[in-house]
Amino acid sequence: MKVTETPPAVPAPRSPVTKTDAPAGEPAKKSEGAVLNVFSHGMLIIWAVLVVMPLLWAVMASFKTDDAILSTPWSLPDSLHFENWSRAWTQAHMSDYFLNTLMVVGGSLVGTLLLGSMAAYVLARFDFPGNRFIYYLFIGGMSFPVILALVPLFFVMNNMGLLNSVHGLILVYIAYSLPFTVFFLTSFFRTLPTSIAEAAMLDGASHTRTFFQVMLPMAKPGLISVGIFNFLGQWNQYMLPTVLNTDPDGKVLSQGLVELATSQGYKGDWSGLFAGLVMAMLPVLAAYIVFQRQVVAGLTAGALK
Amino acid sequence: MQHGKYRFIVGFLVVPLALYAIFVIWPFVQSIYYSFTDWTGLSPDFKMVGFDNYSRMLDDDIFWKSLQHSVLLVLLLPLVTLGLALFFAFMLNVGGRRRKNATVAGVRGSSFYKIAYFFPQVLSIVIVALLFQFAFNPTSGMLNSTLKAVGLKSLQPDWLGDPNLALYCVMVVLIWSTVGFFVVLFSAGMASIPKDFYEAALLDGADRITTFFRITLPLLWDTVQSGWVYMGILALGVEAFTAVQVMTVGPGGPDYSTTILPLYVYQTAFRDAQAGYATTIGVGLLIVTMLFAGIVMRLGRRERLEF
Repeated sequence: MKVTETPPAVPAPRSPVTKTDAPAGEPAKKSEGAVLNVFSHGMLIIWAVLVVMPLLWAVMASFKTDDAILSTPWSLPDSLHFENWSRAWTQAHMSDYFLNTLMVVGGSLVGTLLLGSMAAYVLARFDFPGNRFIYYLFIGGMSFPVILALVPLFFVMNNMGLLNSVHGLILVYIAYSLPFTVFFLTSFFRTLPTSIAEAAMLDGASHTRTFFQVMLPMAKPGLISVGIFNFLGQWNQYMLPTVLNTDPDGKVLSQGLVELATSQGYKGDWSGLFAGLVMAMLPVLAAYIVFQRQVVAGLTAGALK
Repeated sequence: MQHGKYRFIVGFLVVPLALYAIFVIWPFVQSIYYSFTDWTGLSPDFKMVGFDNYSRMLDDDIFWKSLQHSVLLVLLLPLVTLGLALFFAFMLNVGGRRRKNATVAGVRGSSFYKIAYFFPQVLSIVIVALLFQFAFNPTSGMLNSTLKAVGLKSLQPDWLGDPNLALYCVMVVLIWSTVGFFVVLFSAGMASIPKDFYEAALLDGADRITTFFRITLPLLWDTVQSGWVYMGILALGVEAFTAVQVMTVGPGGPDYSTTILPLYVYQTAFRDAQAGYATTIGVGLLIVTMLFAGIVMRLGRRERLEF
């Protein structure tokens, strides 16, 4: 800034100087800001394109013929070939995979939220010997490599006759979702006020009734966050069913897609594969757009703690 | 009253705890025991073999190869992902045109970028891996046909078929699907840093790059560190396993160039029917995971800044 160089003895011209000086300095700064702005927009747009392109491409490919996918991969479909979708839905058993996934995830999500909130509530609100031990036992499960437990788990399931069954898979999903759920909900229950529960107890409600009629409704925001987190995790689960659920009729969506991709290797049904992929993508995309705020909150909640 | 309380506690804890013990804790404990046996997984009989599996592991070329690949993933994946995410988050938050009274401003449309970037995070890694498998297809995939279209006919890599490239292709997929999550995470962190800090630094003549390294990064350090651990566990865990298993030839190929520790555990147990030895490799994986977490925690320890 040149301002300081004006003689201090003359205070009067100072303000005009600053005024005339300011426009001289500002364009330079402005252009720096503008360059940065163009640069950052450019970089951000490039990544947005990199993210969106493959997905749009898949949607396009799902409406094209196999020939068109291979010969002109970047052109728009000549007409909308909905038969790809119906072929994937019926012949490639996508409908079965959807149904299986819905059953497993439906059961395990309800179970995870119910059992997780029960355990978390007791751990958050009651003092008893072993409380801390049980809490850390649950938390420890978050950081351990699932693959290590997978080999013995397979044989545990086998001995209990739970392999290749919907209820077996549900129980395993619940067990592996408990660590994060308990961790998240314990800290959530700690933030809820105690006075309302105490009032309910004074009115003669039992502990169980207080939990179901007073505490659970109050914990709704936390249940939604952790519910979204578990829903996505369980819906997208691949490793557990690959090992524990190998019955061709009982496959879940992610297994089915891999199956579809492998079988198209000899059938050459690319369009059917992309129709299947997009079909599997759509419900998640729709849920994400509708519940965008909650999804982001639910997924980032774990990392921020 | 007290009696009722304990009955309630036990009643509420018994089912979750039992499930967790049977399906998580018990297999975990068992796997360490099995790592000292010659169990095949097929027949019920096995005997203790002491440290035989462990010495076999140390002589196993494929084990060392998978370890090498896993370590490469653990080093590169967090570095690239978090680097990109920090860059984009910084661009989102301070890259904007200056508005009146504000020295730093976010770019226009930042919420649109965040919505788009985050989307791959909600997709199943299986879907992403299958999509990219086709993109990498050497004859008709998106990448090579684009290269052809822009006149680079001679440059037609085999991508997943090339032992030197295959692992990096897998890495690209994992980076593509996780960057957005960290952009949103870091962006939330950056938004909570008071704007006066930037204003003061800029008035003192600092440029934007300096403000990033002197203000943003130190104040965001805790989040970056937990992101580092998260990415490392992802690189050693289920996501990396799924990407390799779905995308690569073999899986793990070509020529063991993409075999990583979790995949090797899986294949040894369920393809080669060597359950005992597989759990030994799994224990190796556990040790690597713990070492990694320990190193990050130790290196990352800094004074916590309150603001």
